[in-house]
Amino acid sequence: MLDISNLHVSIDNKPILRGIDLTVKAGEVHAVMGPNGSGKSTLALVLAGRDNYAVTAGEVRYLGHDLLTLSPEERAREGVFLAFQYPVEIPGVANIYLLKAALNAQRLHRGEAELDAVDFLALVRDKLKFMGMDEALLYRPVNQGFSGGEKKRNEILQMAVMEPRLAILDETDSGLDIDALKVVADGIENMRSPQRALILVTHYQRLLNYIVPDRVHVLSQGRIALSGGPELALELEHRGYGWVDAGKDSRTGVMP
Amino acid sequence: MGNFNLEEFIGQDYQQGFFTTLDSDTVPSGLNEDVVRLISAKKNEPEFMREWRLKAYRHWLTLSEPRWSTVQYPPIDYQNICYYSAPRSSKDGPKSLDEVDPELLRTYEKLGVPLKERELLAGVAVDAVFDSVSVATTFKKKLAGLGIIFCSFSEAVQEHTELVRQYLGSVVPYTDNYFATLNSAVFSDGSFCYIPPGVRCPMELSTYFRINAKNTGQFERTLIIADKGSYVSYLEGCTAPMRDENQLHAAVVELIALEDAQIKYATVQNWYPGDKHGKGGIYNFVTKRGDCRGANSKISWTQVETGSAITWKYPSVILQGDNAVGEFRSVALTNHYQQADTGTKMLHLGRNTRSTIISKGISAGHGHNAYRGLVKVAKSAAGARNYTQCDSLLLGDKCAAHTFPYIVVKNPTARVEHEATTSRIGEDQLFYCQSRGIAAEDAVTMIVNGFCKEVFKELPMEFAVEAQKLLGVSLEGSIG
Amino acid sequence: MNMAVSNLYLNEFSRVKTALPGQRLPWLTNMREEALASFRTTGFPTLRDEDWKYTSVARIEQGHFSLRAATTQPVTARQIETLVLPDMQLLVFVDGHHIPTLSRIDALPAGVTVASIADLLEREPETLQSLLTRQSRGYSSGFAALNVACMADGAYIHLAEGAVLETSIHLLFVACTDNLASHCRNQLIAGANSRACIVEHHAMLGAASYFTNVVTSIAAGSSARIEHHKLQQESPKAFHIAAVNADLNEGSHFLSSSFALGGALSRTDINVTLSGEGAECSLDGLYMGDGRQHMDHHTCIDHSKPRGTSRELYKGVLAGASRAVFNGKVIVHPDAQHSDAFQTNHNLLLSEQAEVDTKPQLEIWADDVKCSHGATVGQLDDNQVFYLRSRGVDDSAARALLTHAFAAEMVDRVGLASLRSRLDRLLRERLPQSSEVLS
Repeated sequence: MLDISNLHVSIDNKPILRGIDLTVKAGEVHAVMGPNGSGKSTLALVLAGRDNYAVTAGEVRYLGHDLLTLSPEERAREGVFLAFQYPVEIPGVANIYLLKAALNAQRLHRGEAELDAVDFLALVRDKLKFMGMDEALLYRPVNQGFSGGEKKRNEILQMAVMEPRLAILDETDSGLDIDALKVVADGIENMRSPQRALILVTHYQRLLNYIVPDRVHVLSQGRIALSGGPELALELEHRGYGWVDAGKDSRTGVMP
Repeated sequence: MGNFNLEEFIGQDYQQGFFTTLDSDTVPSGLNEDVVRLISAKKNEPEFMREWRLKAYRHWLTLSEPRWSTVQYPPIDYQNICYYSAPRSSKDGPKSLDEVDPELLRTYEKLGVPLKERELLAGVAVDAVFDSVSVATTFKKKLAGLGIIFCSFSEAVQEHTELVRQYLGSVVPYTDNYFATLNSAVFSDGSFCYIPPGVRCPMELSTYFRINAKNTGQFERTLIIADKGSYVSYLEGCTAPMRDENQLHAAVVELIALEDAQIKYATVQNWYPGDKHGKGGIYNFVTKRGDCRGANSKISWTQVETGSAITWKYPSVILQGDNAVGEFRSVALTNHYQQADTGTKMLHLGRNTRSTIISKGISAGHGHNAYRGLVKVAKSAAGARNYTQCDSLLLGDKCAAHTFPYIVVKNPTARVEHEATTSRIGEDQLFYCQSRGIAAEDAVTMIVNGFCKEVFKELPMEFAVEAQKLLGVSLEGSIG
Repeated sequence: MNMAVSNLYLNEFSRVKTALPGQRLPWLTNMREEALASFRTTGFPTLRDEDWKYTSVARIEQGHFSLRAATTQPVTARQIETLVLPDMQLLVFVDGHHIPTLSRIDALPAGVTVASIADLLEREPETLQSLLTRQSRGYSSGFAALNVACMADGAYIHLAEGAVLETSIHLLFVACTDNLASHCRNQLIAGANSRACIVEHHAMLGAASYFTNVVTSIAAGSSARIEHHKLQQESPKAFHIAAVNADLNEGSHFLSSSFALGGALSRTDINVTLSGEGAECSLDGLYMGDGRQHMDHHTCIDHSKPRGTSRELYKGVLAGASRAVFNGKVIVHPDAQHSDAFQTNHNLLLSEQAEVDTKPQLEIWADDVKCSHGATVGQLDDNQVFYLRSRGVDDSAARALLTHAFAAEMVDRVGLASLRSRLDRLLRERLPQSSEVLS
């Protein structure tokens, strides 16, 4: 589904990603881990089409097409979804309008009829309940005045409504207490399907207690330094990221 | 490279033969073309300087005194001012500290000014001046080794004529405003500083300046040029009040920062503010402007204004080069009958230029404090950013605080933010401090210092400490 | 001032003065002549006047606008149907003259008088004499003087002590004739404890280039609650100069809003004096410029007495080569201790050619006060745009949606339902792409 090869990205002429190679197949869940500043969020934002990053080399193919030439909205309509690390507050725009606009934009793109208000509400209510969210949140401005947990749940709600083919979840577990983490993790786990690929970007291993990934990658200084199975996450938790950088392991990957 | 040499100055052979009707050391009060010529001649200036002064004088005649600010003062009789007098010699000043106003001495004591320096500040004729020459010589060697020129303006006119010709009036043209124009015509002396490309000036040009600035008179002119990639931090003024008989001060400061250069300019202004009834005191009408001429250049103004009866100054930055940065941080305190109308102009012309304005106005007694600022983003200044915060603190119910921020934005990618607040020191705050054993006056100083923290932290350590003390002294009598 | 220009206006005045309402009243004739003399000396403001620094009125000065003592323009109820706000009392003025047949004033509660100024000058001039005399001193600009000299009509609303006007009054001013100047004056006198809400609405019906010069005076008695909403939808080629002067007595409450959407050049001055203790005012405003529109708002809130509260929120959206000026002054006098003033102005610049000049201003002469102001100028937040796009909303729709959200805050604050829904509609018309998303 997703093929990233030799991806180099810089911001203000400062290289952040320095040759990422990553392949994610439908049905798989990949975890991308790494210390702060290793380029995890950059990778997530570049996949979603944030324009202040410059791709200096490499390519990204999504379902066989060049992803990087698409605008952010085209990617969204093609089924790429990014759950933001810091969901943006949009005063004056009700949450429900955004959800509806997002879903209908996607349906139109696919040549499907737009959902009317009744069908739409029924669909959203269902998902809301699953996420343990209050319906009142629908009518509040997007993310404004939401607690940290509410914002993250809202991201998962949007994902559930949009049913993407490729979802990238950027630090969705950060800032959540254990109960909220459980709800968010269930929401994500529920999205797991043979047709869908998930990329979990995370600093800590704890989300992976709930969602066991197929593959774990460790990003360090803009490259994938290590790849392995779910056990790699546990090992990282145990030994810390210093261990990766120190170059004491030589199982896979390229050392920086 | 040289410095202000008093001995040399006094001993200067005044121009031969020109104005025989005039006494060679003093010029009668009043202003006309002959006086301007005389000033130029006495300074042995080249023709271009004389012509420049004359053009300024002629232009000044066409101007009228600005009245748009909030400050109020009786009309100034410009014909009753003496525009040239040779630097005071020992016989003019008080013979010893015994002859100096005890109030002034008390202030020195509170500020912890060393005895020698007290005499200097009070204008007592002491050998200190000559001591300082030798001190200055040490600096001079070190600076000269780096190619830094730092000297009196008069000397620069003689020794570095081309630099003066190239830069004088290039930031503040002689047509700029009433007071700057007057200054251009009659300026007495001041400082000149040039930092060559790539040189980082190794010392704060401050201690030196204290000496250098002596007796430069009421129409002072400063010109600082930081060439490509250079850096200089300049400290003007002194933290103890200056004894001065001049009522009107109209100084001009021009800063030029070329590509990648940085100039930090800090002022602690503590001229005589007048007595508690508003009698006397300096009128300080100053034009200060920096030009970030090159890309990535930076100019920062930091000022602590606690003196003068009237302060009228707007240290500004023209942000011409792309990515240039301008900063203005100010504390202005007015007590008794002091009036301050101060602020800044940030003119964004280059792309991605940034500016920050932090203004703290404190009004006590019958003091009037106005912030007046202009943030202008030209069409060319894509990506410009400005943040302005201007806070007023009022102590007592006879004082006043005003803010006049003008914001003009002609580019949609600009982001300009302005915030202003007005607050007072609450009875409850004072009582809380008092109940913890802190005297009311100390509590006020403490709160005021907290209010000014953001500005003080930009001052060099030693200066910051003195500035804090100064606020305490200036606030005396503001409560109770 | 320029003599030729001055003559243009003076000649027009001479031409119609005998036909102006109340011409048999010596006090009024004197007042008009004095105002004209004042106009003759001061002329129109220039860029050298601090209050007009960013707004040139040269196009008004050089325009050839004639005066009419009465209107001959036939306008039908059907023509103004789309402009009328439902569920309100209606007073219609065509080219600045009251048209009773188009107006609809239902039974008014006891103590409420609604009339036209022209009518009142014929029937009960003494009602207006002291009121107008008091207001005709020290003109703030040539426009104010010209308004007094040429005043032809306007609305007069009087509320006796305790009178409550449940139904709001819609003052609809429609311009139908090109090259006409109309000088209207509205008076609202609200007795103690009275309540009223009026909408001053300026729109056009067929006319393109004309000049509206309107002054609205409001006196709120103690504990009165008054709302004044101004909706300016002039033709894109028209000139609109307006002043709202409100005087608030003890404990009264004044809510003002100003929505500026039309006009080639428009200027609205809102001056509120809190002249009684504990008075409160709230000033809202929204200006949306496009093309080459120039929109100017000058507000002045004068806290003269203790314990007054003022709130002000103005927002601007500037597209095309439009230009907006905002000047918000708050004065707190020495006596006005415990004043509480808060003022904000936010501007959104949507294009390279748009421009904003904003100047929030505080003049504080008392110490025990809470005053603050803030102003911002910027463009749409990139993060917000990206967030919406990452959800599949295309770039231009995302921008329209965010612009709509920015402006809609001002519309949502309007309590009067029929006005709010009208504004909502106008806003959607302005930003068609946002309504696709929001529908």
